[in-house]
Amino acid sequence: MADESLWSIFINASLVNNFVLAYFLGICPFLGVSSKLETATRMGGAVTFVMLVSSICAFGIQALLVAIDAPYLKLISFIAVIASTVQLVEMLIKKFSPALFRALGIFLPLITTNCAILGLALFQTNKGYSFVQCIVFALGAGTGFTLALVLMAGLREKLELAEVPDVTKGTALALMLAGLLSVAFMGFGGLGG
Amino acid sequence: MATPTTTGTDEFVKGLWKENPVFVQVLGMCPVLAVSNTAINALAMGLATAFVLIMSNIVVSSLRNFIPKEVRIATYILVIATFVTVVDYTIQAISLDLYKALGAFISLIVVNCLILGRAEAFASKNTVLRSTMDGLGMGIGFAFALFCLGAVREILGAGSLFGVQLFHDRFQDWVVMILPSGGFFTLAGWLLIFNWVKQRKARAVALELGKEAA
Repeated sequence: MADESLWSIFINASLVNNFVLAYFLGICPFLGVSSKLETATRMGGAVTFVMLVSSICAFGIQALLVAIDAPYLKLISFIAVIASTVQLVEMLIKKFSPALFRALGIFLPLITTNCAILGLALFQTNKGYSFVQCIVFALGAGTGFTLALVLMAGLREKLELAEVPDVTKGTALALMLAGLLSVAFMGFGGLGG
Repeated sequence: MATPTTTGTDEFVKGLWKENPVFVQVLGMCPVLAVSNTAINALAMGLATAFVLIMSNIVVSSLRNFIPKEVRIATYILVIATFVTVVDYTIQAISLDLYKALGAFISLIVVNCLILGRAEAFASKNTVLRSTMDGLGMGIGFAFALFCLGAVREILGAGSLFGVQLFHDRFQDWVVMILPSGGFFTLAGWLLIFNWVKQRKARAVALELGKEAA
């Protein structure tokens, strides 16, 4: 696994094994923030950034934990790093773009409990990626997450105007859409080797 | 603290049906969809999550007067992560096959919004006993919901339940049910049923009220 080419890692993470539609990671923000296209795009950006930073940190931690022979601390230290990265991003956004800060609202701190990010950190250690591979993997996963979120938001904006039976309103409809998107993404299977 | 108006039993029962974490609150979706491709995986995942939920509820509620407000979320996460590590190693010791099937999703119980949500919304404000009952109810409700999903997906997708073949050879498997998209469809289906029942009930109540008024 560890000698995969960078290009195939990227395609795999973003399209073939899309984090949202194939691994079901980060479903909560996927259903929660995908009703407006604008917010969806920004959320995607924020998540991608957190992924990148925490992937780099996770790589360092893993090396350290192997060195001191304490694998059972992996989960606890990963989640601590992610929580502090999110805090950092929150402060940065608040300082440089108050408008964006307000738009993201509660979903910014909730990135901490976004399983896509912890999942990314765990997958990259399981697969034994090198440093550069980790960065590409994080970028690919972030792109995939943003892509899924934006596609979903676009569809849901259109559906606002459609007349659907009362029973299907809300989450049930969103889940059906996600299912269809997931079928569509299966078409990428086999790409990137 | 306000005097509690509900008993421990109420806290237990509400998690099973009225406030079922999956079907009604739609929390903790990631593991629900990811590991529910067979009934046994779903049940194992449900029980693991229930255990972590109960334990973290107990610890959080007994520490609720000592945790400073500013760092409470971080503390909850650390408590949860500790129990998840315990579960992770336990499953690995009991059944290696199961451990491989569930994969990274055992570790991902840490970021299950349901557990953090209960810690923040319930355990941090209530007594140990009530929190335990809440954890039990929510945990069993979650496991039950996961099992419902897993069973439907396994029966339709592989024609079996707990690995036992149910139909004749000529049964054509719905492969899509085992694939990721099947998870979305099955959950959507269950939500539809729940919504339908809720709406019928609401309509019946409205009708009763109308009769009384007339």
